[in-house]
Amino acid sequence: MVEALLFVVVGLVALVGAITVVMARNPVHAALGLLATLLAVAVLYVVQLAHLVAAVQIIVYAGAVLTLFLFVIMMIGVDRDETTDETLPYQRWVVGGVSLAIIIFAAGLTIFGDFVWVPTATSTLPEATIGTVEAVARPLFTDWVLAFEATALLLTIAAAGAIALAHYRRRVS
Amino acid sequence: MVDVGWYMALAAALFFIGSVGLLLRRNALIMFMCIELMLNAVNLTLISAGRALNDINGQVAVFFILVVAAAEVVVGLAIIVAIFRLRSSASVDELSELRG
Repeated sequence: MVEALLFVVVGLVALVGAITVVMARNPVHAALGLLATLLAVAVLYVVQLAHLVAAVQIIVYAGAVLTLFLFVIMMIGVDRDETTDETLPYQRWVVGGVSLAIIIFAAGLTIFGDFVWVPTATSTLPEATIGTVEAVARPLFTDWVLAFEATALLLTIAAAGAIALAHYRRRVS
Repeated sequence: MVDVGWYMALAAALFFIGSVGLLLRRNALIMFMCIELMLNAVNLTLISAGRALNDINGQVAVFFILVVAAAEVVVGLAIIVAIFRLRSSASVDELSELRG
């Protein structure tokens, strides 16, 4: 009951934030809408017992990524005169038709077919998915340790690449 | 307990809104935010499926996606800033000089 109420309220906040991102003329408003969605999704993580991921979501996304977004918005200025003219003819109609077809297909599959979102639970332990630090870290450092090391390399490359791009100057010939 | 299908539906709606924004907007920064929105929708899907399946690996996958998304944001915003320095505009329609 509490989860249902929380899901409705927080889900609405997430949807309103997402629509704000798309509709806002001012990029700062779009960033704030993104913040609302990120926090709402973090609440939904907590509801589903993914505590560590929720904390990481708030620290990394709402903290670091959004700050970076706002920093870049301030750096390159807020330009509101964005054109919405379409350069490719019929693109909107084609995309809209294809999306509508996919939505109708998926809705028909869900309503009329015997499609289930998630088949059956593979583990019988109800505590298996409580996302404490220990529970997430155990598979992370045993089964996925190679991928974990690869992400370390990826982050190093990304930081070096960002610094290289920021220092880029055109050669004056 | 809310059925996992509702979480999937919410994630699908968020992903749809993000993709619509990616197609409609011309500001590179807003398009980037829409990509983040879509990544978050996928993360919500993984968490919900992991909860329904009693499998912790869904949360591990979300952890990796968070790392990749952070790296993507860093490099992408650096590219946007570099482009803005050259042409003082963040509109993707004006970046059309790549010709075959």
